[in-house]
Amino acid sequence: MSGIAVLIPIALLLGLGGLFAFFWSLQSGQYEDLDGASLRILIDDDRPQEDER
Amino acid sequence: MNALASPVAGDTLPETLFSVPGMRCAGCIAKLEDGLPRTPGIVSARVNFTAKRVTLTHLPELQMPALQQAISALGFEAQPLGSALPAEDGRSGDLLRAVAVAGFAAMNIMLLSVSVWSGAEGATRDLFHWLSAGIALPAIAFAGRPFFKSAWNALRHGRTNMDVPISIGVILASALSLFETIVHGPHAYFDGAVMLLFFLLTGRWLDSVMRDRARDGVTALLKHAPAGALVIDTDGRSSWLDVSALEPGMTMLVAAGERLAADGVVADGQSRIDLALLTGESKPVAVATGDRVHAGTLNLDAPVRIKVLATGEDTVIADIARLMDQAAQSRSRYVRIADRAARLYAPAVHTLAAASFIGWMIAGAGWHQSLLIAVAVLIITCPCALGLAVPAAQIVAAGALMRSGILIKDGSALERLAEADRVLFDKTGTLTLGRPEPVDLSALRPEQKSVALALARSSRHPLSEALRRALEREGVAPSDLTDIREVAGTGVSANFGLKPVALRRPDSVVPEDCLATTLAIDGEVSAAILFSDQIRPAAHETVGKLAELGLPATIISGDRAAAVAPVARALGLTAQTGMLPQDKLDTIARLKARGEKVLMVGDGLNDGPALAAGHVSMAPGSASDAGQIAADAIFLGDSLAPVATAIRAARATQKVVRQNFAMAIGYNVVAVPLAIMGLATPLIAALAMSGSSLIVVANALRLRSAAT
Repeated sequence: MSGIAVLIPIALLLGLGGLFAFFWSLQSGQYEDLDGASLRILIDDDRPQEDER
Repeated sequence: MNALASPVAGDTLPETLFSVPGMRCAGCIAKLEDGLPRTPGIVSARVNFTAKRVTLTHLPELQMPALQQAISALGFEAQPLGSALPAEDGRSGDLLRAVAVAGFAAMNIMLLSVSVWSGAEGATRDLFHWLSAGIALPAIAFAGRPFFKSAWNALRHGRTNMDVPISIGVILASALSLFETIVHGPHAYFDGAVMLLFFLLTGRWLDSVMRDRARDGVTALLKHAPAGALVIDTDGRSSWLDVSALEPGMTMLVAAGERLAADGVVADGQSRIDLALLTGESKPVAVATGDRVHAGTLNLDAPVRIKVLATGEDTVIADIARLMDQAAQSRSRYVRIADRAARLYAPAVHTLAAASFIGWMIAGAGWHQSLLIAVAVLIITCPCALGLAVPAAQIVAAGALMRSGILIKDGSALERLAEADRVLFDKTGTLTLGRPEPVDLSALRPEQKSVALALARSSRHPLSEALRRALEREGVAPSDLTDIREVAGTGVSANFGLKPVALRRPDSVVPEDCLATTLAIDGEVSAAILFSDQIRPAAHETVGKLAELGLPATIISGDRAAAVAPVARALGLTAQTGMLPQDKLDTIARLKARGEKVLMVGDGLNDGPALAAGHVSMAPGSASDAGQIAADAIFLGDSLAPVATAIRAARATQKVVRQNFAMAIGYNVVAVPLAIMGLATPLIAALAMSGSSLIVVANALRLRSAAT
């Protein structure tokens, strides 16, 4: 019984954590450009600065 | 990254949205996001690849043409989006939040319920029930709002819809479960109530996602033109004025290839005007000083000065828009299949639940026991699978259609498409491509083709663009030209090595209904390259397929009989010609009165009212903005085949929907007697509900290849 008293709150909190993480990601627009996100990884944003050429 | 980083706080800067349909790869994203901020005044650029949009943050001094210029300098075509987007963007997001909450609650309550079903008793069961209540009640209050609101709206107006039995079931089940929890009862239905919401919300969300995707697709296609005109004042200075700022009496300069922003008379210059979008007339009309011209038509040949006579509300376009509004209003409100089912279903369910309550009371079971059974009946019959039956099938079908280039605006369009039993085709731009295409390029030698392509590339004239498309399709490589000059109204000329070359108007007479150009290389003039409007690929097969599907087709065109006849003959169709927008409306009304369900396929402004009035309507991706907004579905590409594909896919969808309904009802036939006999425990309810939902979704997935 005491095991349950610890485990149930943990389970619920973890679930709530997941829910809030999802809400946050939704709020910050992470699902607005799904196709673009998969392409952006291909962009070289660490190209040399122009004055170094 | 930008030296011109503005001193003004970021949140006060104006943002402008552009649609950039040409972006295709990661390179395009990088090019736009790195390149645009180098333009002085543009602070940042953010690309949304999915919607093919760029959001520019810029200094207030920068105006629309300058921003558009900055994007086209990078090699992309851009259309300003501005406020054209309907303001229902938040709907899918809200529904998704509700789905997430309901899903979270359903999972946790199910965990607790499993231990209750496995035999938890006494204090443990009470604890689990209380925990379930603590999760379920706030979740239902949050996630159930879309249903409660819609049900309340329906009831207030004395109607009933699918949401009424859902809301009553969920509220009664939660209230009774709470009571059971308080009196230490053995059965609580929190899991059933929340799971029901989760499945139904998923269906709702799918429906809304489908509409959003189609709307984004359509918004990207719209041309948002004409946005304004170059106006010349009395001192000869020119300035760009927005269409709303134009006034009668002003003189506007319309370049070749530009659409007119207002009605007027030609004050100076000669050209030909393409009326195809406005009237369906395929042959360009020659205009000279003193002729009337209309807003929305395309200036083909040479720049002309036009004295504005009427603007905004007074133009021919505005008249058509008014006709369209009326047609859309008179379109009888179509009742979707799910709501038609609910009209029969809701009263049946409520009668059944009430009857079992009264039956058990008479049998002497006591009000508590009777109420428990009545709620079990409500939960079991709650249209969980029914709520998923329609949207699941429709979104899978719409996704399949979208992959093959057909945008369906919403689920009701699919339902109406399946019912259509008659097709009316517009001619210009619908059965035909609506743009000049080279008739025959085989007379040109390879060298001539390369020179022609290089010349055509440097001009925006409609004929040049048609020539460029055709030559690029053939895989011709352009030759290197120097000193390229375009003289409006005459043609393009350049130097090819030492030889002068030119693409210009032919001196010889061209056949009627044809446009033409000639290529001159070092004085040697080729035969005239003829252009005419061609019938869309696969048009003949499509008409045949439609007839096989039971949809006889006819042509309804604003063009002259002489111009329609060859197309009608080629496709074996009868035609009505010279139709004004009002005539098209009348024809559709007549067919409607005979009980026929008309599929209207059209593209022009003049088809707008007919598209709005038809039982269902389709437009090609090349259609006018008005046509695309009025149509229920839009097909991309040149081929006409998608019209038949869409009908077949819509009918397949309707078949799956009916199967899903049959399955949902079959499940009720089995489960309801159990519930009425008082044998349905929460465990049975949960199993039956999720089982039937999964079957319905699995059946819908069969539609993935519906559009092939």
